Amino acid sequence: MSERGPANTAATVPHTRNPLPALAVAALATAFLITLLLVESQVGIAALIAGAAIATIAAARQGLLTRITAGLATREDLLGALCVAGVLVVTVFFHEDHFVLLMVATLILFVVATLGLNIQFGYTGLINFAGSSFLGVGSYTAAVLTMHTALPHLLVLLMGGVMAAAIGSLLLLPVLRTRGHYSAVVTIAFALLFKTFLEVNDILGGPQGLAVAGMDLFGWSFNDNIVIGDDFELSFYANYVLLSLAILVVAFIFVRRLDRSWIGLNLDAVRLDETAAACFGLNILRWKITAFTLGNFLIGVAGALYGMMLGFIAPANFTFGDSLILVSIVLLGGLGNAWGLVVATAIVVIIPEKLQAIQEYRFLLYASMVILILLFRPQGLIPRPLRTYFPGFRTR
Amino acid sequence: MDVGLFAQYVMNGLMLGMMYALVAVGFTLFFGVLDVIKFSHGDVLTVGAFTALATYLGLSAAGVNSPVVQVLAIVIVAGCSMALLGALIARVLVLPLKNAPALNTLLITLMLGTVLRESVRLFYPEGANPKPFPSLLPSDALVLGNFNLRLDSVLMLAAGAAVIVGVQLLLNRTKLGLAIRAVAQDEETAKTMGINFTLVVLITFGIGSALAAIAGIMNGLYYNEINFGMGLLLGAIGFSAAIVGGLGNIYGAIIGGFLFAMLQTIGAVALPFASAYKDVFAFGAIILIMAWRPTGLIQEKISERV
Repeated sequence: MSERGPANTAATVPHTRNPLPALAVAALATAFLITLLLVESQVGIAALIAGAAIATIAAARQGLLTRITAGLATREDLLGALCVAGVLVVTVFFHEDHFVLLMVATLILFVVATLGLNIQFGYTGLINFAGSSFLGVGSYTAAVLTMHTALPHLLVLLMGGVMAAAIGSLLLLPVLRTRGHYSAVVTIAFALLFKTFLEVNDILGGPQGLAVAGMDLFGWSFNDNIVIGDDFELSFYANYVLLSLAILVVAFIFVRRLDRSWIGLNLDAVRLDETAAACFGLNILRWKITAFTLGNFLIGVAGALYGMMLGFIAPANFTFGDSLILVSIVLLGGLGNAWGLVVATAIVVIIPEKLQAIQEYRFLLYASMVILILLFRPQGLIPRPLRTYFPGFRTR
Repeated sequence: MDVGLFAQYVMNGLMLGMMYALVAVGFTLFFGVLDVIKFSHGDVLTVGAFTALATYLGLSAAGVNSPVVQVLAIVIVAGCSMALLGALIARVLVLPLKNAPALNTLLITLMLGTVLRESVRLFYPEGANPKPFPSLLPSDALVLGNFNLRLDSVLMLAAGAAVIVGVQLLLNRTKLGLAIRAVAQDEETAKTMGINFTLVVLITFGIGSALAAIAGIMNGLYYNEINFGMGLLLGAIGFSAAIVGGLGNIYGAIIGGFLFAMLQTIGAVALPFASAYKDVFAFGAIILIMAWRPTGLIQEKISERV
C-alpha cells in the first residue's frame, strides 16, 4: 500500500510532517474496530456506530479531519503500513474467533474485488453491473480446478483471475460498441444470465452449489488451525486473512501506481471525454479493453480465494443484488478513490453482520443509506483527491 | 411439431410479450422526457400487483363479489396509486439528480427498487411467501386439439393492446402528448414555449408507472401467483427490451418486448438443450443484439456535440 514514487521517499524529502498524529489515529481506529467486533449487545453496537459517526462529523466540522488527511495524503506508505498493522493486531486479538476472522477476510477480499471495479468505472467509466458474476467465475473456477486437477493452489488463484478476464472478454465487443445506458444492459443481462446458467447447470452443482477445497500452499493446509507453541492456537481463518491481506497489498500498490502513472491519466481522459481523448491520439479501445480485463482479473482472483475460504459456493452467493452492493461500495467510497473503498467496504460488510437486530432489515436500511448518500453527498464519503505529483504543492 | 401445440406456444409468447412491452414502454417514456433510466420500475410493478391483491381482499371482505367490479376496481386503484408513487419517485429522487452523472440516477433508482422490494417482503403480511392471486376473469376455454384458447388470455391480450394503443394515441393526438414529446425533444425550448416542465415529467412518470401496475396485475392474473421478487426479473427484462428496441422509441419498446418473449419461447421449445436454459439463451441473444446494433434495433438519432 505504499506510494514509493521518487518524490515521496524519505530520502528525497525531509519529514515535514510529524507521523505521530497518524499513529494516534490508526491506534484509535484499530481500538474502535476491536471494540466494535468485541461488543455483542445490540444497543452497545448501535451506540458505538452512532458515536463514531458523530465523532467523525464533529472532527470534520473542527477541520481536524482535513488536517489528518492532508498529513496522510503525502505519506501513503505510512498509511498503508498502519492499515496492515491494524489488520494484524485485530487478527491476533481475535485469534480464536472464526466468525470475526471470516468477516475480516471477506472484507479484505471485497476490497480487492472493488479495486477491480474501480479500475473499470472509477477510472475508465465502464459500468460493470456483473461484479459478483465475475467473483462467481473465480469461485467456480477454483472449485472445478481443485476438484479435478492437482494444480498448485496459487496457480488456481491466478486461473480464477484469468478465467474471469477471459469470460469478460466475451462481453468486450458489446461493451466497447455501446455507451451509457446501452452498455449497462450488457452487463445486467450477463449478471442475470450467469446466475440462471449456474442454477440450471447440473455439472456445476445446480442450485445446490459446489464444495471447494481449502487453500493448500506448499503443504501448508489453510483449513487447519495454526498452533504456535503449546497453548497459542490461531483460527484457520487467520491463514485466509494473511493471504488475502498479501493479495490486497499487491493489488492496492498496483492500482495506486496505475492511477499515478500515465496509464491512469489516459484512463481518466477516456472517462472524462472520449472524443477529446481520441483527438489527442489516445487509443480508446485499447484503454477500455485494458481496464475491463484488468478489473475482471482482480475480481476473479478475489473470487477464487473467496470460494476456497467459504468452502462451499452456490448460485445464491453471486446474484445481481450482490453485484449492486459491489457497485454501491465503489460509489459510496468516492468514485475512483482506492482509499475510500477500504472505508466503504468496512461499513458495508461489518455493520450488517454485527447489528444482528437489523439483520432482517439490512437490505432495506442499506439501500436507504445509499439513497441518502447519493442525494446529499453524491461525490461519496471520501471524494477522490487530485493527483499530487509534488509533495507540499497546493493549488490555492 | 403439432399445430395446436405450436399455437399454444405462440399464445404464451404473446402474453409474455405483452407484459414485457408494457414494462418496456414505461422505461422508454421515462427515458424520453428525462434521459434517465428508472430502474425501480420493476419493483413498482410488484408494489402495484400487491396493491391490487390488497384491494381485492378488501373488496371481498366488504362483500363485493362481482368479478367485473373487482377487476375494474383493482385496475383503477393499483393504477392510480402507482401513478402517484411514480410521480413521487420522480419528484423526490429523479428530478433532484437531473444534473448528476447518469450512473447516479441509475443507482439511486436501483436502490429504491431494493427498498420497495424489501418493504413488500417485510411489511406486507407474510410478504416473504408467494401469494395466490385470484383468477377474476372468465376461464372458459376453446379447445382445438392441443390448443387451449382461454378467454382470460384473450381478454388480457386485448386489454394490453388497448392500453398500448391508448398511450400511443395520448402521445400523438392530445395536447398533453404534444407537451411530452416537446419535452422529450428539447427541454429548454419546451420551457420557453410555456410548457410546465416539472408537471409534464411528473405526469409522464405517473403514466409509465400505471402501465407497470397493469403489467403486474396481468402477471398475477396469468400465473395466479405473485411474490415480492417478481419485479426484479420483469424490470430487467423490460429494461433490456426497451434498450434492444432503442430507447425513447415506443415502437422499439413494443418490438423489444415481443422479441424477448419470442427468444424465451424459442429457447424453451426449439433448442436442442434443456428448456431450463431459456433465460440464458434469451439474455445471451440480447447481448449479441447489443453487439450488432449498439443503440438498439430502431436506432436513436445521436449527434454528438464536441
